[in-house]
Amino acid sequence: MKNFLIDTLTVFNRDWIVLKRRLTKFILSRMVAPILYLVAFGWGLGRSIDFAGGSYIDFLVPGILALNSMNIAFNSITPVHAERIYHRSLEEYILAPIVPESFVAGKILAAILRSMISSAIILILAWIFGARIDLTPIFLIALILNSIIFAGIGFLAAMKIDTYEEMAQVNTYILLPMSFLCGTFFRTSTLPDFVRFAIELLPLTHTSYLLRDPNSISLAILILYSIAILILSFRAFRKLTD
Amino acid sequence: MIIKLQNLTKIFENKIAVDNLNLEIDRGEILGLLGINGAGKTTTIRMLTLQTQPTSGRFFYFDDSKQIDSREKILSMIGVVPQHLNFDQDLTVRENLELHAKLHHVKNFRERIDELLKFVELEKVGNSNVKKLSGGMKRRLLIIRALIHHPQILFLDEPTVALDPQVRRKIWELVKNLDATIILTTHYIEEAESLCDRVAILDNGKLIALDSPQNLKKIFEQKNLEEVFLKLTSKS
Ligand SMILES: Nc1ncnc2c1ncn2[C@@H]1O[C@H](COP(=O)(O)OP(=O)(O)OP(=O)(O)O)[C@@H](O)[C@H]1O
Ligand SMILES: [Mg+2]
Repeated sequence: MKNFLIDTLTVFNRDWIVLKRRLTKFILSRMVAPILYLVAFGWGLGRSIDFAGGSYIDFLVPGILALNSMNIAFNSITPVHAERIYHRSLEEYILAPIVPESFVAGKILAAILRSMISSAIILILAWIFGARIDLTPIFLIALILNSIIFAGIGFLAAMKIDTYEEMAQVNTYILLPMSFLCGTFFRTSTLPDFVRFAIELLPLTHTSYLLRDPNSISLAILILYSIAILILSFRAFRKLTD
Repeated sequence: MIIKLQNLTKIFENKIAVDNLNLEIDRGEILGLLGINGAGKTTTIRMLTLQTQPTSGRFFYFDDSKQIDSREKILSMIGVVPQHLNFDQDLTVRENLELHAKLHHVKNFRERIDELLKFVELEKVGNSNVKKLSGGMKRRLLIIRALIHHPQILFLDEPTVALDPQVRRKIWELVKNLDATIILTTHYIEEAESLCDRVAILDNGKLIALDSPQNLKKIFEQKNLEEVFLKLTSKS
């Protein structure tokens, strides 16, 4: 257990060194998309629609947080793909006497950090735009679970997929549809039942739900998703040496 | 004996890369694995260094005649210099070495890294990104990275490929003076001849000769090891 923690920290620290070097650029680039969403949907669209029970921007911000942390966590892991296939620098971890799970844990931890930094940026921007959000511990937990789930999906993709093209397709076919459908921009209750049922199978939907309602059952669903994806990621990493 | 290979075999799809290899590697020896391109040298090393599982057969590591069965212990006692460069492209020279040290739980690694950088005259580029090094510098870095944790056994897969004669000589000097068991591959047969205690010649995954360079020359009545090699591998 002690070694697991030390090794996890070693892996995490490597990502932190790289992130620290680009921190200003990272922060600036992370502000672009949320500002666009807030201006276009919050100010532009939001003021012209009548949203039952509050302002649209207050509804919108949790959605933006969910989809943003999904994207950040996933994209934080995608370099692992190049490290495995092209630079082959993953061999250093395979050849090291570390607990294999610590590699997965360290990478996911780094993804959580990136996701939390960008979430903080959004919360500050949203506050400036006039949104008022209740920051509860559950709110934080929802974002962390969401980051674990999508960092894990990124990790699985990085282990299983062999080409850059297919890696990019994960973004197009999985993340992009979820960004728009999973209750990020609108209430799912307005959708036909069968569509809503399909959408409620997806983890991002439950992150949006939980961010808006701390008492939601979605917490349990996100925890189950996280555990399952972590187990699959651990297995995928061990399988590299088959 | 430090490693024993028993019927070690690796099959990819329908290609037999390593075919029923039986071999005992002695503690402290320098063993050369020779063979033409595709003979199975790298695959053998990848199996012995736990990077890929054998299709069949086994191998054993020993520590004073006691068999070692934990993956962590084996990985702590071996150092690997791969055939390809596999640095972390986002890190500097020193950061790459520090990462290796931490992954191997080395204490006081800063002094060790300074010492090794100096040893191969890379101390001035310690803070440069690895991408900025020349080919020869990268090769030297690849070797010292594998030495940080004082491995008892060092695997070197073509450590001098594409290097000028000066650098090659330096690397072999370095290797010769290491206090470790060494398993190396190279296509410079005359260099293997002067360096190795024994050579194993692989052909199509099969071990076709195993002896000291002197004995091989005697047995096959050739004036140097390269002639022996050409004679043995041209039949196929
Ligand atoms: N991952 C793989 N998948 C399929 N075939 C492979 C794989 N790795 C190696 N091979 C095949 O196994 C055989 C042995 O390859 P290996 O790399 O071990 O040769 P080598 O002796 O190291 O050659 P070289 O001198 O060119 O480095 C070759 O026919 C190669 O094509
Ligand atoms: Mg090879």
